[in-house]
Amino acid sequence: MSPSLALALLAGVLFGTGVVLLLSRSLVRSLLGVILMSNGANVVYLIASGRAGRAPIVDGKTTPPIGEGGIADPLPQAMVLTAIVITLAVTAFTLALAHRAFELRSSDLIEDDVEGRRAHDRAVANDLSDSDYRDTSDPYSVDSKETDVPHTEELGPAPAEGVSR
Amino acid sequence: MNFQYDHLVPLVVVLPLVGAGLTVVAGRHTLVQRLVSGTILASVVAISFVLLYAADQHRTLTVRVGGWPVDQGIVLVVDRLAALMLVVSTVVTFAVMLYSSGRGLSSDDEDEHDGGAPLPIFHPTLLVLSAGVSTTFVSGDLFHLYVGFEMLLFASFVLLTLGGTKERVRAGTNYVIVNLLSSIVFVTAIALVYAATGTVNLARLAVRIPELPESTQLVLQSMLLVGFLIKAAVFPMSAWLPDSYPTAPAPVTAVFAGLLTKVGVYSIIRMQTLLFPGDRLDNLLMVLAFLTMVVGILGAVAQADIKRLLSYTLVSHIGYMLFGVAVGNVAGLSAAIYYVVHHITIQTTLFLVTGLVELKRGTTSLTKLGGLAQTAPLISLLFFVPAMNLSGIPPLSGFIGKVGLLQAGAERGTPLAYLLIAGSVITSLLTLYAMSRVWSRAFWREPVEPLPGAQRSKLTLGVVLPTVMLVLFGLGLTAFGGPLYQITDRAAATLQERTGYMTAVIGQEGAP
Repeated sequence: MSPSLALALLAGVLFGTGVVLLLSRSLVRSLLGVILMSNGANVVYLIASGRAGRAPIVDGKTTPPIGEGGIADPLPQAMVLTAIVITLAVTAFTLALAHRAFELRSSDLIEDDVEGRRAHDRAVANDLSDSDYRDTSDPYSVDSKETDVPHTEELGPAPAEGVSR
Repeated sequence: MNFQYDHLVPLVVVLPLVGAGLTVVAGRHTLVQRLVSGTILASVVAISFVLLYAADQHRTLTVRVGGWPVDQGIVLVVDRLAALMLVVSTVVTFAVMLYSSGRGLSSDDEDEHDGGAPLPIFHPTLLVLSAGVSTTFVSGDLFHLYVGFEMLLFASFVLLTLGGTKERVRAGTNYVIVNLLSSIVFVTAIALVYAATGTVNLARLAVRIPELPESTQLVLQSMLLVGFLIKAAVFPMSAWLPDSYPTAPAPVTAVFAGLLTKVGVYSIIRMQTLLFPGDRLDNLLMVLAFLTMVVGILGAVAQADIKRLLSYTLVSHIGYMLFGVAVGNVAGLSAAIYYVVHHITIQTTLFLVTGLVELKRGTTSLTKLGGLAQTAPLISLLFFVPAMNLSGIPPLSGFIGKVGLLQAGAERGTPLAYLLIAGSVITSLLTLYAMSRVWSRAFWREPVEPLPGAQRSKLTLGVVLPTVMLVLFGLGLTAFGGPLYQITDRAAATLQERTGYMTAVIGQEGAP
C-alpha cells in the first residue's frame, strides 16, 4: 500500500494549525484547534483505509477484494463516521460552554486556577502564615492564630501583600 | 437456547443506557428517577459479581455483538481483570447514586454552591457515565474502547459543569480541552494501528503487532500510551486533575476520583500486557511512576483545602499503579490490580466523607474547620478509617497493596526498581503526613465558630448510610484480602501468558 502524499500533507497541516490554535487562551480558538485536529485525525483514517475502490456494497454471496479494482475498505469509513459524530457533539458542548463563560465574565479567556495561584504566590513571598511551622509552640491553637496572624488573610482570596496577580 | 454466562455481558452496558432513557423521561418525578436508577445499578452490581464468579471459576467470557465475525464486528470480552474492575466500579457508582439521592435535593433547588444543581439530568448522566465505564472494561476492540471513553467523557463534562457556575465553567473548560486532546491522540493512534495491522480487534492485534518492525511498534505504543497517560493523570500530564475535580459537587468528585483515572490505568494494563508484551518502555514508565508519586504528594502537602488535598493524593497514588505495571512481572501486575481495586474504593469514600464535612460545616477549607472530632464523632470515624487505609497503615488494604508492590519491585531488582521502592515508601509517609495534617486541623483542634452565612444542613441517614457502606466495603477488601489477592494473582497470570485471551476470542471462529 502506498499512501497518498497529498492526504498525508493535508493531515500534517491540519494538525499543525490545530496545535497552534489550541495553545491560545481563548476557548473558541481552542475549540477551532480541536476541530481542525479532529479533521486531521479523520484524514489519517482515509490514508489508513488504503486505495480507493467501488462502494463497499456486497450481496452477501461473493466477497469482492478490497482495494484497487475491488471495493473500498468499509471499516475505516465506519470509524470515521463515528469520529465525525463525536466531533459534532464536542463542538456543540464546547460552544455552549464558551457561551456560558461569556455570559458570566464577558470573555471566553481561560482563567488561572485561583487556589493554585494562591499557593504559588505564597511560595514566592515565602509566606508561612498557613503552614504547620508558623508557630512551633502550639501550631493548632486558635488563640495563637488570632494574635500572630491577621485574620483577613485567611478569609478572602487575597494573596500575601506585595505580590501582584 | 441454553443459558450461558456470556449472555450477561452486554447487560452491564445496556441496562444503564436503558435506565438513562427512562430517567430522562421521568425527569419531573424525582422519586421515580431514584427508584429506576437504584434498581438498575443494583442489578448491574449483581450481574458484575456473577460475571466475576464466572470469569474466575470457569473461563473468559466473550460475546460477538450482532453475530458479526471477529474481524468485522465488535467483540466483548470479560476476563478476570475486566470482571474485577466491573465489580468495584459498579459498587462505587451504586454507593454514589444512593448518596446523592440521600441528599434529598429537589429538582427546583436553586442552591448553586454544593451541587444543588438541576437534578433531572443528574441521574441520566450518572447512568451514561456508568455505561461508558463498563464499556471500556468489557471492550475487546480498540475503536470500541475509544467510543466507551467518549461516552464517559461526555457524561463527565456534563456532571463537572452541573449548574454552570463561574468556578465550574472555568474548571470545566480546562478539563474539556485536555481530555479532547487526549482523545484526538488516541483516535489518531487507532488509525495508525489500523494502517499497520488492518484490524482493531485486541486479540488479533496481540498476534499481529509483535510481527511489526520494532520502530513501528515503538511509535504505536508511545502514541497509545500518551493518550492513556493523560487520562490516567500521570505526572507531566496531571495538572488538569487537581484543577478541575474539587469544584464539582461532592458525589460527582467522588465518582470521578474513583473511576475516570482508573479507566486510563486499566487501558494501560491491558495495552502493556496484551498488545505490547516485553519491556520496551518499562524504564520510562518507572521514571514517570516515580515522578507522579513524589510530585503529586508534595502538591498535596501544600494544600489548604481537603478536596484539593485529596485530588493531589489521587494523582500521587496513580503512580503506585503505574509502578506495578512498569515492573511488569506477575507479582507487579497482581499488586497493581489489587491497588486499583483498593484505591477506587478508598478515594471515593474519602471524597464522600469530605462531602459530609461540607454538608455539616459548609466548608472544606482547613483554616476554617476545627474540632470535628468533638462535634461530629461519626464523621471523624468515617474519615479516619479510609485516611489511614490510604496511607498504608497495617493491616489495612493499602498496606497489603503497597507491600505487594515493594516485593514485586525487589523481584525485578534493577536500580530503577529500587529507586521506585524508595519513592513509594516516601510517598506513603508523606501521605500519612498529609492525612494527619487534615486530622489535626479539621478534627482535633478547638472547635471553630462556623462562618456567618456558611451553608449548613443536617446530616440524614440517606447520606451517612452509603458512606458507611463504602467504608465497610473498603474494610472488606482488607478482611478478604487473601481471597482477593488470589484472584488478582490469577488475573495477572492470565494477563502475562496472553494466550487465554487470544484463544477465547479467535479460537471460537468456527463455532456456531
